Parts: sequence; structure tokens; C-alpha cells
Amino acid sequence: MAEVAEKAVKAEMSEQPAVAWRVRGVRRRSTRTWRLRTSAAITLAVVVAVLLVPPLVQLDEQAVDLASKLQPPSLAHPFGTDDVGRDLLLRCVYGLRVSLLVGVVAAVVATVIGTAVGAAAAAAGGRVDRFVMRLVDLFSSVPHLLLGIFIVAMFRPGVWPVVVSVALTHWLSTARIVRAEVLSLRSRPYVDAAISGGASRWRVTVRHLLPGVLPQAGLAAVLMVPHAIWHESALSFLGLGLPTHQASLGTLVQSARGSLLAGDWWPTLFPGLFIIVPTLAIAGLAGAWRERLNPRRRSELML
Amino acid sequence: MLEVDAITAGYERHKPVVRGVSLTVRPGESVGLLGPSGCGKSTLARVAALLHRPDAGRVVVDGTAAAGWRHRAPRAQRTAFGVVFQQPRLSADPRLTLSALIAEPLRANGRADEVPEKVRESAARVGLGDELLGRRPHEVSDGQLQRACVARALILEPRWLVCDEMTAMLDASTTAALVRVVEDYRADTGAGLLAVGHDKALLTRWCDRTVHWSELEA
Repeated sequence: MAEVAEKAVKAEMSEQPAVAWRVRGVRRRSTRTWRLRTSAAITLAVVVAVLLVPPLVQLDEQAVDLASKLQPPSLAHPFGTDDVGRDLLLRCVYGLRVSLLVGVVAAVVATVIGTAVGAAAAAAGGRVDRFVMRLVDLFSSVPHLLLGIFIVAMFRPGVWPVVVSVALTHWLSTARIVRAEVLSLRSRPYVDAAISGGASRWRVTVRHLLPGVLPQAGLAAVLMVPHAIWHESALSFLGLGLPTHQASLGTLVQSARGSLLAGDWWPTLFPGLFIIVPTLAIAGLAGAWRERLNPRRRSELML
Repeated sequence: MLEVDAITAGYERHKPVVRGVSLTVRPGESVGLLGPSGCGKSTLARVAALLHRPDAGRVVVDGTAAAGWRHRAPRAQRTAFGVVFQQPRLSADPRLTLSALIAEPLRANGRADEVPEKVRESAARVGLGDELLGRRPHEVSDGQLQRACVARALILEPRWLVCDEMTAMLDASTTAALVRVVEDYRADTGAGLLAVGHDKALLTRWCDRTVHWSELEA
């Protein structure tokens, strides 16, 4: 009997401190994993929907049905219909398809340009570096939405002008990040060793410096995707992005503004949610990646 | 002949670390440079290996004055030096395996076809086993990594060796082994050596002559 009691006391003593200091860590970690899992699930669902719905579901997103215009959400039309009777769920998926395409392509192009410019500036150093970075400052002193509008206005409306406009206005921050990282790598002794071994500037940059900044550049690219989606929506909302008959999240919100004033909330709410939720999910994924890369540092790489 | 003539060098303008220092290393000679921490001897070693541009003074390598520094130095002049640094962790690219690390100077000089043979020979010279060659820097010890760095410095068969506190991070047995590797290489090729450090006992035993920093900075 005494033995059992002693055992119980011992067990309690050995458990007590462990529980006491663990609680906080576990809880914080679970918030983090919860965020990561939700973000991953939403991103996955969005990608699957965008890739699979158009080929699998043989429905015309542009089919007009004036008899069923502006119907509130129901079983037949889960998101309701717009002012010419088009199904909003289908239009939202098609719109997200365009937005995601623009977002991803523009983000990749912007990151490639930014990485190339930043790495070239830092690797060259001296006067070239100063000149290039002042050019970057000059570019970023112009509001980038304004610059984007200027670029879009030079072409006929369509997807690719929007991609070009978003890409050409968003490489600046990547260039700054990459330049800073390369500058810190450049002074490492292994670069000295490479120079002493006869490596050319090009070889040092491509073999030793660029691979070192790829994680940061990749993170910048992922963080750029939501930003580019917002930009595409903004341009389309202003009527400068895609032509109005083609569904994009921006044009959906824009064309539904009229019915919002009449009290029909669904044609603006659902495209709006389609802009916000996937972009937050992608940003959540990027946040998890950032914490893995460097848990301590708060950097410029924030949304 | 490696002549370092009236070198003034530093990292900020008007704040030189090295003031008017001259030093000569004859072919096949080994010179130990002694001095306290932070006196500028590493900077002098970097200048001598054409890795740092001095504010004034010149470096003459085998009768030819250095025309430029770092990338501006002609490749033949740069590769005449084998350089070993103090901290192996910082002087090895963390993404390369040890065999890629050792082979890097050959690849940079367009001699990729000689890589397998030379790497094997060079790794054997510093006593690195095959099993270690496939690992990355974070998977080996400081001593093993410094062996790889010495192998990298020797693979192009330089006429001059610059060892900047090569053994500061190492234990006695690895120090002895690496000094033996360098001395064997010098015996084979007749290369000159500039060894920088503050371990007086080591440098006086290792080198033909030692110079103290205070004698140079007259």
C-alpha cells in the first residue's frame, strides 16, 4: 500500500514540471500548425478547383439567362446569379483562374527580373551598384499602381498586358532583398577562395552567390503572388485589366457595384471573398516558409 | 620571388590598418609572420595573395608587378597563390560536397576533365577518405573541413602558399598533419610559403625564418 502511494507521488513529481513548462509551447505550436494546415488545404482546394472545374464541368460561364437574373443564393446557384442571370459560382471559379494565372506568372517574372538586377548590382559593386540602386529608387518613387496603369494603357486589354504591367512594377523589392543578401555573402572567405582559385565574376555569382539567395528569392516570389492578384483585381476593377465579358475577380466586383446599391449583396460579396481567402492562404503558407528559413529575423519579406 | 613593397591597406578610407609594410619571400623559402590579434597581418596576407586592393604600394610576383586585385588580377597570377584561411566553416561554400569543393578551382579554370583523378590524388595527399568526400561541410568536423580547404588550395599546384592562421581552429594532431602536408608539397614543388599566425612556437619550428609585425612596421 505504502509502495503504491510512493509510486504515485513519484509519478506526480516527475510529471509536474514537464507539464508546467510544456503547455505554452504546445499551444503556440498548435496555432502554427493549424494556420499552416488551413492555408495548405485552402490553397490546394483553390488550385484543384481552378485546374479541374473548367475541363470537367461543361458549363458556359458566359451563358446569359435573363429569366433568372439576380437570384439570391440557392441550391441551384449556391452563390446566386448576377444581373444577366449568369451563375456566380462558375464565374468566380473562372475569375480566380485568370487571377491566379496572372498572379503566378507575374510573380515569377518579377522575381526573375528582381533577382537578376539585385545580384548583378551587388556582384558588380561600386559605381554600378550605386547607379542601379538609384534607378531602383527612382522607379519605386513613382506609385506603382500608376505606373502599372500607364503600362496597361499602352496595349489592348487582355491577360498578357496585365501580367507585363504587374511584373514590371513589382521587381523592385525583390531586387533590394537579393542585393542585400548577395552583399552579405560576397564578403565571405569562400568567395575569396573562389577568386584565388581563378573563378570569374560570372562564375562566383552563378555558382556561389545566387544559390545562396534562392530561398529568399523563392519566398519573395510566393509573397508576390497575393500582391499580384490584388493588383490584377485592382486594374480590372478600374476597367483597365481584362475586357468586361471575361470573368476576373476585379471585373466581377466592378460590374456588380450597381446591384449592390439596390441591396443585392451576393454578386459583390462572393468575388470579394474569392480575392481575400486564397490570397490569405498563400500568405499563410509563405509565412510558414519564412519561419522555417529564419525563425528569429523579422525582415522585409512580409506581406 | 614574392615582394610586398611599401603596402598601405585598410577597409575604410584614411584609416589604414597596414602602413607602409614591406616583406620579401624568396622562392622555396618559408616565412612566418607573427603578430598580435588585429594588427593587420591577415590584411597583409590578403594583399599578398591579390585578394585585397591596397591604398598604396605594390606586389611583385615572380618579377611581374600585380596589375590588378581580386577579379582584375590576371587569372594566371591569381592562381599562382594557394590560400588557406583561418575558419574552414566560412571558407567553404555550405552547398558544395567536399569533392566539389576541392574540384572547384579546376572547374573554374576549365579543366573539368582532370577532376576525378586530381581530386582523388589531392584528397589522398591531405588524408581525406572517400566516404568523407561525398559529405557537405556541416557534416564534417573543423579539422576535416580544413583538410579539404588545404586540398583545394593545393590542387592547382600554386607556386606560392599563403596560410592565414591555418591552424588556429585545430587541435595539435591535425595541426601537425596539415603542416606536414604543406611541407611535403613544398618539398615536391619548391613553392614558397607565407604563414601568418600568433603561435610563436609553431611558426619558429615550421618556417625557415620568422618576422615579427613590429619589425615590419618601422
